[in-house]
Amino acid sequence: MSAPAHGAERLARFAVTPARRRKDTLARGAILTGTVLAVIPLLLIVYYLLLKGLGTWSVSFFTTDPTGNTFFGGSSIGGIKSAILGTVEIVALASAISIPIGVGVAVWLVEYGRASAFAKAVRFFVDVLTGVPSILFGLFVYIVLIVGTGTTYAGWKGSVALSLLMLPIVIRSAEVVLLLVPNALRESALALGAPRWRVIWSVVLPAALPGMVTGVLLAIARAAGETAPLLFTAAATLGTSFNLGGFMNSLPVQIYKDVTSPTTAVVDRAWGAALTLVVMILILNVIARVIARRSRLA
Amino acid sequence: MAAASTPIGERSLLERSPIARLPDRALKYGLTALSALLLALIVYFFIRLIGQARPAFAKEGVLGFIFTNDWNVSAELFGALPLLVGTLITSALALLIGVPVAVASAVYVTELCPRRLRPSLAMLVELLAAVPSVVYGLWGIFFLAPKLQPIEQWVADRLSFIPFIGGGLVTIPNYFVTGLVLAIMILPIVSAISREVMATVPADHKEAALALGATRWEMIRMAVLPYCRSGIVGGAMLGLGRAIGEAIAVALLIGDAPKLGAHMFAQGYTLAAAIVNEFGEAQGVHRSALFAAGLVLFVLTLIVNAIARVFVARAARVGGGRGGVENAAGGGQVLGGAAAGA
Repeated sequence: MSAPAHGAERLARFAVTPARRRKDTLARGAILTGTVLAVIPLLLIVYYLLLKGLGTWSVSFFTTDPTGNTFFGGSSIGGIKSAILGTVEIVALASAISIPIGVGVAVWLVEYGRASAFAKAVRFFVDVLTGVPSILFGLFVYIVLIVGTGTTYAGWKGSVALSLLMLPIVIRSAEVVLLLVPNALRESALALGAPRWRVIWSVVLPAALPGMVTGVLLAIARAAGETAPLLFTAAATLGTSFNLGGFMNSLPVQIYKDVTSPTTAVVDRAWGAALTLVVMILILNVIARVIARRSRLA
Repeated sequence: MAAASTPIGERSLLERSPIARLPDRALKYGLTALSALLLALIVYFFIRLIGQARPAFAKEGVLGFIFTNDWNVSAELFGALPLLVGTLITSALALLIGVPVAVASAVYVTELCPRRLRPSLAMLVELLAAVPSVVYGLWGIFFLAPKLQPIEQWVADRLSFIPFIGGGLVTIPNYFVTGLVLAIMILPIVSAISREVMATVPADHKEAALALGATRWEMIRMAVLPYCRSGIVGGAMLGLGRAIGEAIAVALLIGDAPKLGAHMFAQGYTLAAAIVNEFGEAQGVHRSALFAAGLVLFVLTLIVNAIARVFVARAARVGGGRGGVENAAGGGQVLGGAAAGA
C-alpha cells in the first residue's frame, strides 16, 4: 500500500455511490407507493359508504321491514329492521353453538392433547376448516339439514353454517391464549389438591378469559358479515321474524338481494344496510381490540 | 406417590376415590370425543359432497366435467372449464396485484416507517379485513368498476397487440376488476403474515448489513427479504386460498357469463360465483353439477392451503419454533389479518 489516505479520501471509498443512492431512493419510493396503495381502498370504501349510506339513514329506515313496494303506489320501500334483527338472532345462536364447542376443543388441545399425534391431526383439521370457503359451509348445511331432512330453509340452519365458520376462529384464538396461561398457575392449583377439571374451570379459563373474549368477538364480527353460508340455509324473507325455525332475513343477504335489484331506491337501501353492517362489525372489532389491549395475556 | 407405604388394595390418603375422579375422566373423554367429532364432521362433509356431485360426474365424467368448455344450463351441459379458468384467472390477478402491495406495506411498516406510526398504519390495512365481502361487491360494482372501465378500455386499446390483455371490448364487470377487488380483500392477510415474519428477522442480520455499508434498500433486499421468503410465500398462498373461495363479491363483479372470456377485460364466471348464482333455482343434474363445482373448489382450496401450511411452518421453524409466525398464520388466516395476537 502507498501512503495512508487522508480522512476524506478514506471515507469516500466507503461512501454510497450515486447509483446505489438512486436505487435506494427509488426502492423506498416504490415501497411507500405500495403502502399508500394499500391504504387507499379502505379510505375509498369508507368514503363511499358514508356518502351513499348516510343519506338513507333515518328512524324509519331502522324501524320498518323491507316490505314496501313502490310499484304499487307505496311511498317507501321500507327499511332494514328485519335484516338487523335476523342477523342478531342468527349470529347469537351461531355463537351459542360455536363458543362452547370451540373453547372445549381448544382446552382439550392445550390441556390434554398437547403434542400427541391425535392433537396434531385435530390442529390440522382445524386449519383445514379455516381454509374452507364460506360458501361450502352453506352447501354442507344444505346437504345435511335440508336435503338430508327433507325440509326447507330455516334461521337455525343458517346459524349452524355460521357456527362452522366461527369454530376454527374460536379454537385457534382460544388455543393461543390458553397456551399463554403460565404453567405455574396450573401447577400450584394441582399442588393444592384441586382436580384437573377444577384447575381448568377455576384457574385456567378465568386467566384466559379476556383474550378468549377478543377471539370470540372477532369470530362474531366475521360471521356477521358472511352472506354465502346464509343464502341457501336461512334464505331471505322480508318480514321480521323471531322464529329461528322459519325463514329469516339477515343484513348481508338483504344487501346481496338489493344490489342485484334494478330499482335505484332499492340499491340505495343496500348502501344504507352496508353502512349499518360495517358499523356493527367495526364496533365489535374495536371492542375486541380494547379488550385485547387491557388483558395481561395476548 | 405414597403407594409404597399403603397396603395392597387400599387407597393412599393422597389418592382420590374413583367417584371423585369421575368428573375428570368425563371431561377428558368428553373433550376428546368433541375433537374427534370435528374430524368426523369434515370427512362426513367430503363424502356427502361427493355423493351429491355423483350424478353430474356420472353424466359428464370427472375429467369431462372439469375440462369441457361448455356450461349450458338449458341444454343440461355441464363442462366446468369456464368456471375453473375464471377462478384461476381472477385469483392469479389477485395475487399479482395484491402480494407486491401487501409486501411493500409490510416492509414499510416494519422497516421504514417512524415507530410511532406503526400500529395505526398496520391497523389501517387490517381494517380491510373487517369489510364484509358483500360490501366489497357493492362498492366494486357501483363505484370501482364503472370508474375503471374507461381506463381499462384505454389500456386495452393501446396494448391491443398483447393477446390476453388488449384488443377487446371492455365490459364493466370483468375478470380484471374482480381480480383487483380480490387483491384488496387478500391484502390484510398477506400483509399481516408478512409483517409477522419480518418481525422475526434477527436485528443482528440487519445491523450487520448496515454496518457493512448497505443502504436501507440493500439491507432489506439482502437481509430481510431472503429471510422471510417462505413466510411471504405461505401468506400469499393463504391469500390465494381466500381468493379462490370468495363467492359473493365475485358473483357481483365477474359478470356471470358462463363462457371463457376472450381477454382480461371480458365477463366470465367462477366456480363459487356459479354456485351463488344458480343454486337457488337449480334442479336435478344442474344442482348436482353445482355440488360438483363445490367439490372442485373444495379440493382446490385444500391443495392451496396445504402448500401454504408447509411454507408457513418452514418460516416458523426458521423464525425460532412455535413463535409468532405460526400463530399469525392461524390467527391471521382465520381473522383475515385482524389477529388477536398481532
